Amino acid sequence: MAHEPIDLVNDFAVKIGTVNGTGSASANSLLLQALFRMGIPVSGKNVFPSNIQGLPTWYEIRVSKSGYTARSPDFHLMVAMNPQSYQRDIQEVESGGWVLYDATRELDEDLVRDDVTFLGIPLARMCAERFERARERILMKNIGYVGALVALLDIEMDVIEGMLRETFSHKPNLIDSNFSAIEMGYEYARQHWDCPLPIRLERMDATGDHVMVTGNAATALGCVYAGATVGAWYPITPATSVMDGFKEYCERFRVDPETGKNHYCIIQAEDELAAAGMVIGANWMGARAFTPTSGAGISLMSEFIGLAYYAEVPSVFVDVQRTGPSTGMPTRTQQGDLMLTAYASHGDTKHINLYPADPGECFELAVAAFDLAERFQTPVFLVSDLDIGMNDWMIPRLRWDDDYRPARGKILSAEELESLEKYSRYLDVDGDGIPYRTLPGTHPRGAYFTRGSGHDKHGKYTEDSDAYLEVVDRIARKIQSAAEHLPAPEVHRGDRASPWGIISIGGCHWAVLEARDELRAEGVDLDYLRVRGFPFGTVVEDFVAGHDKVFVVEQNRDAQLRTLLCNETGCARSKLVSVRYYGGQPLSKGHVLEGVRPVLANALSEATS
Amino acid sequence: MSYITKPVARHPRMRTNALGLTSRDYEGTMSTLCAGCGHDSVTAALVQAFFELDVEPHRVAKLSGIGCSSKTPAYFVSEAHGFNSVHGRMPSIAAGANAANRDLLYVGISGDGDSLSIGLGQLCHAIRRNVNMLYVLENNGVYGLTKGQFSASADVGTKSKRGEVNRHGPIDPVNVALSLGATFVARSFSGDKRQLVPILKAGLKHTGFALVDVISPCVTFNDHKGSTKSYAHTRFHMHEVVETDFVPLRAEIQTDYGEGAVQSVTMHDGSVVRFRKVAGDYDPTDRGAVLEHLRESRSRGEVATGLLYLEETGEDMHAYENTVEEPLVDLPFEALCPGSAALEKLQQEWR
Repeated sequence: MAHEPIDLVNDFAVKIGTVNGTGSASANSLLLQALFRMGIPVSGKNVFPSNIQGLPTWYEIRVSKSGYTARSPDFHLMVAMNPQSYQRDIQEVESGGWVLYDATRELDEDLVRDDVTFLGIPLARMCAERFERARERILMKNIGYVGALVALLDIEMDVIEGMLRETFSHKPNLIDSNFSAIEMGYEYARQHWDCPLPIRLERMDATGDHVMVTGNAATALGCVYAGATVGAWYPITPATSVMDGFKEYCERFRVDPETGKNHYCIIQAEDELAAAGMVIGANWMGARAFTPTSGAGISLMSEFIGLAYYAEVPSVFVDVQRTGPSTGMPTRTQQGDLMLTAYASHGDTKHINLYPADPGECFELAVAAFDLAERFQTPVFLVSDLDIGMNDWMIPRLRWDDDYRPARGKILSAEELESLEKYSRYLDVDGDGIPYRTLPGTHPRGAYFTRGSGHDKHGKYTEDSDAYLEVVDRIARKIQSAAEHLPAPEVHRGDRASPWGIISIGGCHWAVLEARDELRAEGVDLDYLRVRGFPFGTVVEDFVAGHDKVFVVEQNRDAQLRTLLCNETGCARSKLVSVRYYGGQPLSKGHVLEGVRPVLANALSEATS
Repeated sequence: MSYITKPVARHPRMRTNALGLTSRDYEGTMSTLCAGCGHDSVTAALVQAFFELDVEPHRVAKLSGIGCSSKTPAYFVSEAHGFNSVHGRMPSIAAGANAANRDLLYVGISGDGDSLSIGLGQLCHAIRRNVNMLYVLENNGVYGLTKGQFSASADVGTKSKRGEVNRHGPIDPVNVALSLGATFVARSFSGDKRQLVPILKAGLKHTGFALVDVISPCVTFNDHKGSTKSYAHTRFHMHEVVETDFVPLRAEIQTDYGEGAVQSVTMHDGSVVRFRKVAGDYDPTDRGAVLEHLRESRSRGEVATGLLYLEETGEDMHAYENTVEEPLVDLPFEALCPGSAALEKLQQEWR
């Protein structure tokens, strides 16, 4: 087979296959961070098993001088360090690409492809010769392939060494072995192969005002900045690191320096039901409280979510979506909870949803979630996913406005209650569907009975039709009115009016942007809208109404976003062309193009025939 | 239930407490439970306890789950916020609320269905977490609102109103609480206000989770012959093992018992609980001995009552979580938000 010559500077993808639990994660993040520090746009995707130790795991690094951060499945270099997955890994490399493998054991002839170049490096043997302790021999294999990549890809050695010094500043004995392992891989590569490869790096200046962070860390930080004081949760992949982050930032920013006491309370609940209850209880008292979970947790919380909706208790639920249904694939991503979080719980319920597309928006929308929850006195869902939440993203540096103060909504003070003749919890005083709230302990006149059973506008138990209808109809108005106060959709217009549009959501954004650029280069200009909130507002309705056909790009089997759009805007289902990928990997531009191109080609041929 | 609204008029010479309030000020709306329901007596005992402790009504938070018992928070302290949550999940609401505002007085009212079946997990974890609250379990061995099914506290051999016999072993909340390390465990009878009121008062003053299991007969579905939770059966088999007297802070201690027969435990706020031993050498501060005593009385068919176990450690969930003394809801935003400079600094580590 003929080799396609590859010569790609700052524009390629590397996949690293290792064994779970052998310390490769830190080597891979070292690599990613080094590229970032060289000023080159990068993104990292961790493809890991639901397992502690022993199963295959992968890390994908995409380098893109154009700044594209969506997953790219076109791997030019495979770092194959796990014989368990050699077969599959070697098959995945682009024709003309390279396979870096551990040559301590000879490669099975059946695995050899003649359209890729095999670079064998006896890492295990070299580590056994160079290092004494068993654990070190395993760990340093990872640093060894980083060393080889420094030579092969032309990574700046100064950057790598600087990072190792920072990482091990408190463990000087580890610096030596790490340096030694880097040198081991580097020297071997230089002595045996032409370095660098045609895929290589050159310093850029494109990451200066950026940071590398996961969505879950950013969400956690947003909760701290929004003033959340109570976090309740039950451990679940991929949401666990939200609470890990909240704890870390609280320990850093929220401990009274004088008393050593915490200005926060984190409760690890017995299950997701209890976590939801705690969040509702804390918000009832007037604290800002939240729970991070995933789809399975939302299922369990649904009864409580209905209570918070009907009793109008603010609450924030972070759903870091994973592949469903049921336990599904806990370490793979999906957007399978869109319907669930929009309408969670029995009876007529509808909730405010916010859809971040990257960690920057996780931070920003986490803060917005608390403001909206209090303003509209209702549950708010921050709908993230595993890809956004757990992967490393390069994002513009986060900003904070020190003039920000929480929007607490309508809460009556003791003075206001003192001057009131009678207080009614669910009375629509202002005609905007939002009643006045009181906090327990404020004033005797503010007391009322919070309940999930039928109640009238005064908060009294009722089984009367009219009294019941008055409350539930007002709540419907209230939630609908929130649409115009949610973060506005992101809209990209083409250079000329287009009869076709694309709508997408959350982390699909980056693949859609990339696919759209490629289509533009081919002369097809599509308008594009990314929804950022639910219920949808007029911008979304007008976008749908203003195009003949709209592609709806999302990551679930049943076209849930399309269903929501049909359901909420009343547009014809036939107008919305569904483009879906739901196999558990982050979306790539190929998924979008595969869905869009045939439909466009068909339409074009119909128009010209 | 009665449909006649209670008149608001009160006797001019009605006794007032230190706040100048009468016991009527601690009442709530009219009960909608069946006439003669044990739960209404528990409500009356709670009203008396709050009145006698001079509690500011609006500084109380009363919570419940679902069931007959869970309706009762509407029937006392109408100037307190109430939360009638979902079935079996009140403990989590209470834990979250208490985490946010530790300064209120928390009272949870639940039943045997709400606490021992659907909500057993949450009850256990509230005990483990040591949420600072009084938890009253109105125990009648039966599901009233759904018309007479056995609950998990029904004794083996109990006959339902329809004549079915229960074969499943009961879950005893007192045993559960003691084995999970609860620091305040009591059992009483709705028909014995003299015993119940001091226990409720001590429970309100206890720092940590205070469980009071109250046998509270269901007059409609479980007050017949063959029931072990009926008025008649409870009156006959109830056996007070320890007599409790609650002495609030600053009140003069009168010695109406002989020295030696009285054992005192000082509460966190300085008030005192005094035990007068009725059943021989019963020691309400020895968890192992209490468990053994309960096992023995059960084997004799007795229902042991009284403040059965008390351990005043002064610690609760907030001590475990190391939270500030000031309620979290009262912390100013400035103390919570790290600000832009801290964000800049933090992000240096993300490069």
